[in-house]
Amino acid sequence: MNLAYRDVRHNLFRFLLTCLGLSLLMAVVLAMIGIYNGLVSDALNIVKAPQAELWVVEHGTQGPFAEASKIPGDTRDAVARLHGVSEAGSITYKTVEAKFAGDTLRLYVIGYQLGRPGGPQTVVEGRNIQRSHFEMVADRKSGLTPGDYIRLGRDNFKVVGLVEDTMNSAGDPAIFITLADAQTLQSQLAPPALRVQIARGAGLLESENAVAAVIARLDANADAQSVAQTVRQWKHLSAMTQAEQEELLIQSVVDRARRQIGLFLGILLTVSAVVIALIIYTMTMEKLKQIATLKLIGAPDRVIIGLIVQQSVALGAVGWFFGLGIILLVKDYFPRRVLLEPHNAAALAGIILVVCVVASGLGVRAALKVDPAEAIGG
Amino acid sequence: MADDKRNVIVDIKGVSKHFGTGDARVDALRDVDLKVHAGEVIALLGPSGSGKTTLLNVIGCILEPNQGQVQLDGEMVYDNRWLRSDLRKLRLDKIGFVFQFHNLLPFLDAKDNIALVLQLAKKSKAEAQARAIELLDYLEVGHRKDAMPAQLSGGEAQRVAIARALANSPRIILADEPTAALDSKRAGIVMDLLRKLAAEQDACIIAVTHDEKIYDRFDRLFHLRDGQLDHDQIN
Ligand SMILES: Nc1ncnc2c1ncn2[C@@H]1O[C@H](COP(=O)(O)OP(=O)(O)O)[C@@H](O)[C@H]1O
Ligand SMILES: [Mg+2]
Repeated sequence: MNLAYRDVRHNLFRFLLTCLGLSLLMAVVLAMIGIYNGLVSDALNIVKAPQAELWVVEHGTQGPFAEASKIPGDTRDAVARLHGVSEAGSITYKTVEAKFAGDTLRLYVIGYQLGRPGGPQTVVEGRNIQRSHFEMVADRKSGLTPGDYIRLGRDNFKVVGLVEDTMNSAGDPAIFITLADAQTLQSQLAPPALRVQIARGAGLLESENAVAAVIARLDANADAQSVAQTVRQWKHLSAMTQAEQEELLIQSVVDRARRQIGLFLGILLTVSAVVIALIIYTMTMEKLKQIATLKLIGAPDRVIIGLIVQQSVALGAVGWFFGLGIILLVKDYFPRRVLLEPHNAAALAGIILVVCVVASGLGVRAALKVDPAEAIGG
Repeated sequence: MADDKRNVIVDIKGVSKHFGTGDARVDALRDVDLKVHAGEVIALLGPSGSGKTTLLNVIGCILEPNQGQVQLDGEMVYDNRWLRSDLRKLRLDKIGFVFQFHNLLPFLDAKDNIALVLQLAKKSKAEAQARAIELLDYLEVGHRKDAMPAQLSGGEAQRVAIARALANSPRIILADEPTAALDSKRAGIVMDLLRKLAAEQDACIIAVTHDEKIYDRFDRLFHLRDGQLDHDQIN
């Protein structure tokens, strides 16, 4: 007869309540892991979206994601003429705030040239941008739907299509508009002093015509590194391969988030471990008298250890299972993408198992020390 | 009584036990000798703190004395030190305990509380269940076999506890105030039962009691005073 099971069944409500508490804790841990994964994946999505092989940015910067980068718009033509480059497109990135249906949206505006690299890849609803002005494709997370109009700067844009999983590392959903619109928006949103300068003609080229980066796709047999090397010899410009850009993003943008979330995750895991240990230890302490009775009637240690260890592992397993269930149910309602890989859940299961076994070790120690005579006292 | 060695189940010689040291030293047992024979039902009497529970615990091998000899069912188990390392197995096979409070496991129903000790003694599940129900019927609580301990009345719980103590047919039944929680009518019934069982199973029963109304149910009464077993009254 399995004593652990029988005891759990006898105190089923309490056991389930404890499991529920534990599973909420597990759900938070999993959410944290999922948010981190989502953040890395989103950040990389933005970099991967243009399907570029080469990034040309301002000299001395690590743009356009890790740092601001500003290069002249005609850089594209020079890049496009390079040997080994098959396609090139100018691209801008800017975070703006816009009012929509009474809410203020934070949007990550991507400006690209129609027919050139940098536009939305997979439009899941509606269509791609066709007109050169005032049309936009938005990420579904923005809450916009095809047919909506939204005011950016001084112009009204019509949402014509939706994409998914396109946002910057801060979680702001992306919208795509044409490069020309993006540049106009940029100048409309520029600080007043700069606007005066632009009106006078000074820095016009720089500001109104500037782009964040030029992205290029290469011929099948071209070597990204050597093309990049050529660009680096040009004044005021720098170049990165796609791999370098992804690496850079992970190191700069994502690394900060990793440290923050990693810290929280560490704290959460520690708290969870302590809570689990406490629950199991208390559970055992409350049973000391029954354990004394078991010893008195002649139960071997194996039976007593089994009772404690099986219960704590069951507690951890049920908590983990429900925690996973909870997070899978609610993850789509999170403001940020929660991306869980099977190995994350498995790793957590491993950690919980170790914590449960260690914690029940403490309980077992106490249980083995208890004197069978203690069963007798009132 | 004839000193037939084969018939002596509990044989204690010169057992002493003290707790604490110096000023705090309490001599709970002083040089106690006691022989109990098969089929005998004896009572330990004495004021509170006189060492009755301590003596039961020594006989039950759950408390190590400081000196003396303890022989149970012909086997020397303590001779200034324990001679067996598996005292729990010894208890499982030879000793049944009944207490003032029943000490049933709260998460097992009446029959499984009994079946557990049978299964611990390597009886098959079916065998254990059958014997548990047989014992409960015998103690007239068969109709409560599926009840949890919390649902049992005091008398019912005590009878289930007795059934558990008897499950493995022990030679020695130790009872610490087994009837203290019962009214005098039920106390009488429980004592009669214990006497009957001792006779049938050729076991001995050592019971601590304060209950004068049941003194006539014992073969012999022993008085403990300050850890000394004073004299021996034969009913
Ligand atoms: N575990 C213990 N530690 C210290 N003193 C004890 C312990 N158990 C019993 N005693 C002392 O030994 C004496 C005898 O106790 P006990 O055998 O319980 O008496 P009784 O059962 O006759 O009331 C008492 O003075 C009691 O305080
Ligand atoms: Mg006592």
